[in-house]
Amino acid sequence: MKLLRIIPFLLIPLLGAAQDDLLGELEKQAVPPTVPVVATFKSTRIINGHSVETVKRNHMDFRISHRFGRLNSGAYELFGLDQATIRLGLEYGVTDNLMIGIGRSSEQKAYDFFGKYRVLRQTTGARTVPVSVTLFGSTVIRTVRSFIPGEQERSFQDKLSYTGQVLIARKFSERLSLQLTPTYLYRNQPELAADDQLLLAVGIGGRYKISKRVSLNGEYFWALRDKSSAALPYYNSLAVGFDIETGGHVFQLHFTNSLGMIEKQFIGETVGTWGKGDIHYGFNISRTFSLDKKSKRAATDW
Amino acid sequence: MIRYLFTYILLLLIGLTASGPVRAQSNLYATATGQTSFFSETPAENITAVNKKTQAILNTSTGELAIRMNMRDFDFPNELMEEHFNENYLESEKYPTATFRGKVDQTVDYTQNGTYEVSTTGAFTIHGVTQNRTLKGQLIVKDKTISISSDFEVALADHKIEVPKIVFMKIAQVIKVKARYQLTPYNR
Repeated sequence: MKLLRIIPFLLIPLLGAAQDDLLGELEKQAVPPTVPVVATFKSTRIINGHSVETVKRNHMDFRISHRFGRLNSGAYELFGLDQATIRLGLEYGVTDNLMIGIGRSSEQKAYDFFGKYRVLRQTTGARTVPVSVTLFGSTVIRTVRSFIPGEQERSFQDKLSYTGQVLIARKFSERLSLQLTPTYLYRNQPELAADDQLLLAVGIGGRYKISKRVSLNGEYFWALRDKSSAALPYYNSLAVGFDIETGGHVFQLHFTNSLGMIEKQFIGETVGTWGKGDIHYGFNISRTFSLDKKSKRAATDW
Repeated sequence: MIRYLFTYILLLLIGLTASGPVRAQSNLYATATGQTSFFSETPAENITAVNKKTQAILNTSTGELAIRMNMRDFDFPNELMEEHFNENYLESEKYPTATFRGKVDQTVDYTQNGTYEVSTTGAFTIHGVTQNRTLKGQLIVKDKTISISSDFEVALADHKIEVPKIVFMKIAQVIKVKARYQLTPYNR
């Protein structure tokens, strides 16, 4: 019993010693850093839609994206693999927060031009910012000719559509990141006459890392259509898939009911529905190249 | 009760005397702006990064030396490398710092200006894995500053830093490290 009472006192000199430890002294002196949260997502896309990430300064991201035909098209079409739609993209980081990109989709022979700017970065530590916020804007020119004989071609103006998005994301833990994506979509001339020019939508997306290099991703866009437009053959877009990262490459493999890979198409014109098995297998391959000469110069300075 | 109180006071006195001498001294030298840089050299790619916020502290009466740095303070020539460094290789979220805690092996007269070839032995921790290392270096005493410099190597495997096969060719298995610290008198 006596011994037990003495034990707390025995610790006192130890406390003193801990303070005198040099490493402890350094820890005490260290300025608590504000740590920017990086790699909320592995890629600039969650699946179809953009993520808060931007291509880093002086880097070029070459993207090849495919969506195959519908799984329910049967064995004759090899479950959709006989058909493929493609988007090729070149995307460049002007600064660490600003990127621009250009893409060409086989669907509607559409060219898309976009810019993305990170206005806020999530941080932890001394100064805490709870979310990352990135603004996204794009213009799409659909150049496909009408297949109806005698129908007048669209004017240049009527080929255009515009998208604006506010991407708000938070990396909750090393594994879990979620994003909310309010979307504004304006088509000068919608694909179907019954459709409205303006479409508002809200996207939610996220990723869950299942290992250091692989994450499970999901994404849903809820199109806020008028009740009266219920006759339109459009569905909300849902996609699930995996990200696999290896150095400068990110492979994204997924299933989605959307064929298009640009906002106008997958948010506004998704005609497939998961319920009937209108599911497309697809992948995005992203290869990032550094166009930075500085890294080579720095190496010779050593 | 009195007995316990007596024991307490006695122990307290022992405690104070045990930690007293170190506390009373002002022979500590330190910096918070030390430079630590590393270099990875392969035929495919050379990568270099520098940390200019390295903390170092030296007790000249005991020869004890401690070094500490935040992994996220390493500056890379490009952001993508920095992201991969923190995110994939060093896992800076889990293991935010690298530290060294050791002792200068030689007895150096820190009151005499001069250049001393020294070595220091102690625990080197990075990526949460500690290795006992003896690092060679140079110690220059000039008036009131002590400059420490050391060039050494760190093998990734020694600290369980994994590099995937596909980027194996681009990252050296043994990384060269340069440490340059200028310590000035330090009062706590």
